[in-house]
Amino acid sequence: MTYDIQRQVALIFEESVAGRRGVDLAGGERSLRHARELLGEALCREDIDGFPEVSEPQVLRHFLRLSQLNFSQALQFYPLGSCTMKYNPVLDDELAALPGFAALHPHTPAELAQGALELMARLEAALAEISGMDAVSLHPAAGAQGELAGLLIVRAWFAKRGAARRKVIIPDTAHGTNPASCSLAGFEPVVVRSNARGFLETDEVRRLLSDDVAAMMVTNPNTEGIFEPEIVAIAQAVHEHGALLYLDGANLNALLGVAKPGDMGADLAHINLHKTFSTPHGGGGPGAGPLAVKRHLEPFLPNPRLRPSASGGLEIDPDRPDSIGRLRAFHGNFAILARAYAYILAMGADGCALASRIAILNANYVRKRLVRYHSASPEPSMHECVMTHDLERKADVSTLDIAKRLLDFGIHPPTIYFPLTVPGALMIEPTESENRETLDRFIAAMEQVYDEALQQPALAKNAPHHLPVRRVDEVEAARHPSLRWQAPTPPTGS
Amino acid sequence: MRFIPHTKEDIDEMLAAVGANDLEDLVAHVPAELRRRAALNLPPGMSEAEVAAQLTDLADRNRGARGYISFLGSGCYRHYVPAAVRAVIARAEFATSYTPYQPEASQGTTQTIFEFQTLIAQLTGLPVANAGMYDGASAAAEAVLMAHRLLPKRHRVVLARALWPDYRATIRTYLSAQPALEVVELPFDGEKGTCDEAALMELADEQLLCAVIGYPNAFGMIEPLERIARIAHAAGGLAISVTAEALAMGLLRAAGALGADIAVGEAQSFGLAPQFGGPWAGFFATRQEFVRQMPGRLVGMTRDAEGRRAFCLTLATREQHIRRERATSNICTNHSLCALAAAVYLTLMGRQGLRELAARNLELAHEAAAMLAANGLRPRFNAPFFNEFTLALPNLRSALSTAQARAILAGVPLAPDYPELADCVVLAVTELNSPGEFSLLCEALKQ
Repeated sequence: MTYDIQRQVALIFEESVAGRRGVDLAGGERSLRHARELLGEALCREDIDGFPEVSEPQVLRHFLRLSQLNFSQALQFYPLGSCTMKYNPVLDDELAALPGFAALHPHTPAELAQGALELMARLEAALAEISGMDAVSLHPAAGAQGELAGLLIVRAWFAKRGAARRKVIIPDTAHGTNPASCSLAGFEPVVVRSNARGFLETDEVRRLLSDDVAAMMVTNPNTEGIFEPEIVAIAQAVHEHGALLYLDGANLNALLGVAKPGDMGADLAHINLHKTFSTPHGGGGPGAGPLAVKRHLEPFLPNPRLRPSASGGLEIDPDRPDSIGRLRAFHGNFAILARAYAYILAMGADGCALASRIAILNANYVRKRLVRYHSASPEPSMHECVMTHDLERKADVSTLDIAKRLLDFGIHPPTIYFPLTVPGALMIEPTESENRETLDRFIAAMEQVYDEALQQPALAKNAPHHLPVRRVDEVEAARHPSLRWQAPTPPTGS
Repeated sequence: MRFIPHTKEDIDEMLAAVGANDLEDLVAHVPAELRRRAALNLPPGMSEAEVAAQLTDLADRNRGARGYISFLGSGCYRHYVPAAVRAVIARAEFATSYTPYQPEASQGTTQTIFEFQTLIAQLTGLPVANAGMYDGASAAAEAVLMAHRLLPKRHRVVLARALWPDYRATIRTYLSAQPALEVVELPFDGEKGTCDEAALMELADEQLLCAVIGYPNAFGMIEPLERIARIAHAAGGLAISVTAEALAMGLLRAAGALGADIAVGEAQSFGLAPQFGGPWAGFFATRQEFVRQMPGRLVGMTRDAEGRRAFCLTLATREQHIRRERATSNICTNHSLCALAAAVYLTLMGRQGLRELAARNLELAHEAAAMLAANGLRPRFNAPFFNEFTLALPNLRSALSTAQARAILAGVPLAPDYPELADCVVLAVTELNSPGEFSLLCEALKQ
């Protein structure tokens, strides 16, 4: 295999030359000899086979050149549906890195960490207000961990009442994390189908409800970008059967000042701070997935919680009897929480309400102007629209080909083949951050891709043409997994 | 609003294009009863300067973040973070990209993950590592769940009592919905501060699923991992090593070389600031034959249509977005940027630097322990240690508050998690501590 030195970057291990170093350290080689004496050779490793030896400037050039091979929200239009790739205020990164936050050890006595605890309490209150819920735990590391926490609470709720239930109803449009979290929490997922218009019908939900259903998970707006019109009736039906309603807040960016999950009847809801509250996605994280609940479920929230201290401040309550326990070490992804709080302060009530409305306007504008594609549903779109096309039939050009061709226009493609209910889906979430000119450019590119595909299908089928690499062979990657670099010569000892 | 580019004209024209009269028209289909109650009781928005002032004020109120001599460790370690680490992870190309589902537009992210996987595999001495987990505690929990997938007929999970309380609690939560599994705590030897091997022998029968051991453990002690793994293996079970102070891996024999089947831990020591507990990055390494049961993302090396080397996410059929309820884990968003920080840190430290820094930590910790011992404050346990150790103080509470009054955070007390060690405190010493601080510590604790 080759790599193109102009467009690609060698692996750091290939750049390594014995004897180079990227740091100068106080003790150096002398410390190493001393430590080995103190500890005894038997406990020490000989070497770290294959570890790189490179200078500081080389390290920077390596990683900075690699950075240039990425598309990102800051540099490209990134309308990835259900991911809410909105602008991440650069101020928030700066504030999260303030020494008063960054250097704060999580075991610092509470009286010396009042600013951090206060920030967490204020963020909990703001998220409770936004979601219409009573109590919020900032503990979960990501949306999926929020789901797990929520489902374990559902389990604990029924266990406490001495009436274990086994099933959780999940719509066919749900994210994969919903059924995966169910399994992890010991529930059996039961799928409820959406109707032809892309939403849930109360009667269909009622058909599946029984005394063995512990909860129903609903994403609202759903992954077709549609506000579930019967959500209130569904919540009522779920509650009539003694079950709980879990609202997946992945699409909360459509709801700020529009509708609150708590008012819809949700008993639990998680919130993805890396979506609606604008913390950077980091190439796949870190985010944070706070869990909001109604009053009756508060005792079950994960440990630890905040509580007032004797001296009038706040402290950590490490252990509450009904809690489901911990899902991770320490208090939560604090540096993400700080960014989200800064974002909420900047937006305020009006900014939040405007953000959702403009996100909805952008999605509907794209949907309306994309004349060569059609909406999967006749229902109005919220913050994202799901489109389909006839290129597969007309030109043997797939949704994947369309996505790859869009890359040549310097646009990150929408989410593809999701939701699973829409064949060949393109799920487009422009977010409120993008201006009209960008949307128009995207629309023009999409239409051009369509026209080209009819005339020269090979252009799409072989795309991308102008990226650092051509179409990547993912099948080969899975067939012969090569998951780490291997030294060309056999290693010696370890 | 400065984050939203739309002028009034933009909005009017776009509304006209979609056939709406005003913005409220766009949400008119949302049930009115919900919209009526949707107003947000939040303060009005703020300028950038106002936001900065608010957060700076809160940061300033964290008095413990600066101006204290600190010996706090116990799951989070204070290490110098080279500027190059921040320079790389601040790059918007890394920070504001999504999970690399489109490999052609993500070669930066995918290649750095591949490098991270390689670095972790090299450090742990195991053949494969994944793209990272949320943190060390959840990685440990996922390791136990993986062991259960590998050995579904066995159901005894042995957790070392000398494993950090947060980690044990996390594992218990993740296992709380697996009623078939029985969690047993493995006691520690009261003198050595490492696992009671005889007790493990008793528990190691045909029901043993796995033994989960801190390496080093919560008291700072270096467990006899090789012997523990041998006991677990003799019973047909698995050995899982858990490392919270990842820097120790620079000096100690690799967990994989000692027989660990799964090595997990917390990469915070590799270039990530304490930041009050997160986000950091969990790591997860295992044997080649277990790879299809691993949780989390994996990047593989492959080629593009023209034969160039390329990287992409792979073996995704293990993951929730493909396998749904039969996935190996529910993890989706992970802590990718933190894993990148670790990769940059480890690259910069390199083969020599990482070993030297680990050695420097050990050397300083031993110097501190020796000075305390010379002042009559002997370590509570006698097993070998890396950069953390446990002290028993007859008047623990007053000693710690005396120290705090002198601007010294003299460690993390083991109570209330270990009532049997209610007079004990764990101290961590890193390259950020100096011998001058040790004398101040001795004086404060002697009182």
